Amino acid sequence: MATEFHNLQELRHSASLANKVFLQRDYSDGTTCRFQTKFPSELESRIERPLFEDTVKRLNTYYAEAEKMGGQSYLEGCLACATAYLIFLCMETRYEKVLKKIGRYIQEQNEKIYAPRGLLITDPIERGMRVIEISIYEDRGSSGSCSGSSSTSGSSAR
Amino acid sequence: MKHCEYQQIDPQALSTPTPTLPPQHAVVQEEKKGETARRKWEVFPGKNRFYCDGRIIVAQQSGVLPLTLGLILVTTVLFFVFDCPFLLKHLTVFIPAIGGVLFVFVVISLLQTSFTDPGILPRATPDEAADIEKQIDNSGSSTYRPPPRTKEVMINQQVVKLKYCFTCKMFRPPRTSHCSLCDNCVERFDHHCPWVGNCVGKRNYRFFYTFIVSLSFLTVFIFGCVATHLALRAQGGRGLMFALQESPASAVELVICFFSVWSILGLSGFHTYLVASNLTTNEDIKGSWSGKSGTEDTGNPYSYNNIITNCCSVLCGPMPPSLIDRRGFMPVEESSQTVATEIELAAKNEINVCQLVLCLSVFVCMAHHHPPLGGQLSGLCSVLCWLMSKCTQGTKDLLESASRSPCPQTGKPQTVSTSCPDSIDPADPAVTFNPDVTSDPDPVAVPSLKCGGRHHSHTTSPPDEPRQLHHHHHNRHHKTRSARSSSKRAALHISNPAYNVSLSPPTSPGLGPSHGTGAEEHVRDNFATLH
Repeated sequence: MATEFHNLQELRHSASLANKVFLQRDYSDGTTCRFQTKFPSELESRIERPLFEDTVKRLNTYYAEAEKMGGQSYLEGCLACATAYLIFLCMETRYEKVLKKIGRYIQEQNEKIYAPRGLLITDPIERGMRVIEISIYEDRGSSGSCSGSSSTSGSSAR
Repeated sequence: MKHCEYQQIDPQALSTPTPTLPPQHAVVQEEKKGETARRKWEVFPGKNRFYCDGRIIVAQQSGVLPLTLGLILVTTVLFFVFDCPFLLKHLTVFIPAIGGVLFVFVVISLLQTSFTDPGILPRATPDEAADIEKQIDNSGSSTYRPPPRTKEVMINQQVVKLKYCFTCKMFRPPRTSHCSLCDNCVERFDHHCPWVGNCVGKRNYRFFYTFIVSLSFLTVFIFGCVATHLALRAQGGRGLMFALQESPASAVELVICFFSVWSILGLSGFHTYLVASNLTTNEDIKGSWSGKSGTEDTGNPYSYNNIITNCCSVLCGPMPPSLIDRRGFMPVEESSQTVATEIELAAKNEINVCQLVLCLSVFVCMAHHHPPLGGQLSGLCSVLCWLMSKCTQGTKDLLESASRSPCPQTGKPQTVSTSCPDSIDPADPAVTFNPDVTSDPDPVAVPSLKCGGRHHSHTTSPPDEPRQLHHHHHNRHHKTRSARSSSKRAALHISNPAYNVSLSPPTSPGLGPSHGTGAEEHVRDNFATLH
């Protein structure tokens, strides 16, 4: 685990960002949080389609679980209303718990699947839950050295 | 304080030679993280204000929130002081108890409505905005400025148009609207309530609903109790005037309650209708789903067609998190980006200042030839000198930052060239610490920076050097940011006149105080900023 994390850090520091792909939200089901599972063309050479779609589908499942309106969320809502919503100051809501789970899942996916392929998924919560941002790093070939001394080109085209 | 921090770092950076850097590097980094790490609320682009280190968020104008609080407090205190003792003695102890519970509910839900993030959507990052622009350009081509961009999506077999927000640089999700008073896109935007001093949106709608419902209960309760009190006092043929003379505060309470109960009850009823049909005030006013726009049957695609489900989903649904992460720390890359944005916008203002300086200098030349104006020349000259110094400083900073900005996702030693004109006042500490670096064989950076003056050069191999420079710019521009924020907003607004004009919804009077004012102020705001 420590070495994998080390590789992820080195990915950030030693590789240079080539491109970013954005997966937009899918609003066909209303305002609930879902992301489009369309496979972007830029990733065709970098990652296998089933792996990618599996990640996105899993994320969609987690978000659906967070926003599910069932017994537990109603109970939470009614209890909160009865206490004049002060309970939100002390208790972590179910949504926040699921968001933490999502954060851990994304971290794990990055370490195991995406970083070795030179990709990095940004947690959607950091982008206002609008997009899943996938950063594509230049394939440098070397993943162990941290003293990469190649000069910076006029960095990524903005 | 900012100058102090900056000067603490300065001697370390300049005096430490490269080989001994590693232990110093850690120290400098720790210092930087501990002292200079900024929270995201400090660089928030909207017009909100933050208190308690980002825990509390309010709109820029508190509106009439103090009045609301004051009225509620005054009425309730008068009730407890003048009416409760009598009623406690003659009726029951539950009256003050119920009054107390209602009062607590009202105040807590009011404060939560005012101080909670209503569901603000953070603005798109530059990469995201560029990606969206690319997609739009690919899909349609036009040489002139296109009309407000829209994207159509199907929601529950119904076509919904998503508008592009020029300020936030993204397509607004469904039911999201941009509040011009707060300069934010708010999810499930209901309205901007001046009584509460905040927008009402997805995250605080339940607090707002609790507030108005409990307030209507409280108002009706106090009104009833005071009427009972006066009626009891006036018993035995003594008359109402006698009762009022004995308890004049009750008259005040009666008046306040009488005039507010109609609007508050009306508002509660209206919002109960909205909750039951899963609508927002914004949609109701615009008539988005009432079907008047087309011949086909357009219903509300978000409604569950069941009153109880609608109520539960709006009021008891899961509480979404705040998306703006007010108290998070700014990462270095993002802080450099925001600094670059601030600097660009500051530079725009500097450029305007330069134009003003040019105009003034022309005027001075003309005035020179007219002796009667000579007396005013000295004043004009001093103003000109000040403006010139600001102009050149700002231009220099802009050039420095522009040369430095494509920097440190890689963490590699960044070498950039810059120059420092001699005309800058050497006593200014921010100026003496110049980004003293060698020139990079980068064809983009070098030619644009040669504006005369000395060149300092020594290599910067430590990767933390650019971060210190960013910190330097952060400090300088943080101070100027507040002064420039209004002109920056003006620049943003002025750049999007089409967007502003197209956004004003039709106002509908008679819905109570909290609904029409948002749009009117929006229109007034347009004219003010376009001035």
